[in-house]
Amino acid sequence: MNEFQRDLPLSREPYRDIAARLGVEEETVLTLLRRLQASRIVSRVGPVFTPNRLGVSTLVAAKVPPDRLVEVASLINRCPAVNHNYEREHHYNLWFVVTAPDQAELDRTVAGLEKQTGVSLLVLPMLRDYFIDLGFDMRWPPDDAD
Amino acid sequence: MPIDAASNADLRMRVIREIEGGIPLEPHPYRVIGERLEVSESDVLEVIRHLAGEGAIRRYGIVVRHHELGFRANGMVVWDVPDNRVDEIGRLFGEQRFVTLCYQRPRKLPDWRYNLFTMVHGCEKNAVRENVRVLENLLEGPGFPHEILFSARRFKQRGARYAVAPRLESVTVRGARETPRSEMP
Repeated sequence: MNEFQRDLPLSREPYRDIAARLGVEEETVLTLLRRLQASRIVSRVGPVFTPNRLGVSTLVAAKVPPDRLVEVASLINRCPAVNHNYEREHHYNLWFVVTAPDQAELDRTVAGLEKQTGVSLLVLPMLRDYFIDLGFDMRWPPDDAD
Repeated sequence: MPIDAASNADLRMRVIREIEGGIPLEPHPYRVIGERLEVSESDVLEVIRHLAGEGAIRRYGIVVRHHELGFRANGMVVWDVPDNRVDEIGRLFGEQRFVTLCYQRPRKLPDWRYNLFTMVHGCEKNAVRENVRVLENLLEGPGFPHEILFSARRFKQRGARYAVAPRLESVTVRGARETPRSEMP
């Protein structure tokens, strides 16, 4: 899994290519991936898109009265444009990401959520990305050899 | 009729919709997608290669969940660093192996003073705090104001969906006793 978090071959039979690199049968790779997906360790096999290239997105934060948190989170979850939605231990206690095809649609979605929940939203779009995504190193703690 | 797959915006959006939730775990995943979209396996692959070539795909492969791997704590660490040093500090933090996101975001004064966001992982909260100290120690001088926002309940987690007209989905809110969860970028 460590090897194939990126640069999965863009070939017709990617799992056969992985199997060949590992010296095992294709069916072994597929069975393992299906099992890891069933146990929720593997989320999916496929692309991680570059933020703000195919569409626009923003992080949004809200100060929600604790007794309304589950209700407000539920309203926000119902919006298909929302992906991550987390409670965090802070007076800004609800954090979520909104994605849209363009800025106008994003603004409309955020305004709609604000109206629907009656909670004012702090819109914090990414201005610059400093992270180079190489996947997640599972040899933890990582040795510093490389 | 031959189609120029890479420039066909409609096909492109349909392929994105098929692959954003993951490609099939089948020997010929792109043939399966092609059958659904009534195009050839090669057309599907060409669209994906084109997306990768233009930088729209940041990485392509197995996407794992940190929480299920035992990295049960994650802290979103927000920093108030001088605007003229945010690029330098952002790049330095972004290189650290326990950091999985590192973004500059706008301040929203007076409500929000922080302009640099890092996602820091660890097996438990103290490991996250220790990693934050590692970040602080990378910088010379007195240090910068920051806060660690630990995650509590995870109400929703999935990859971003870019395709228009997203499918309807039913999402339930998890119970109040949910243990802290980590998130994927």
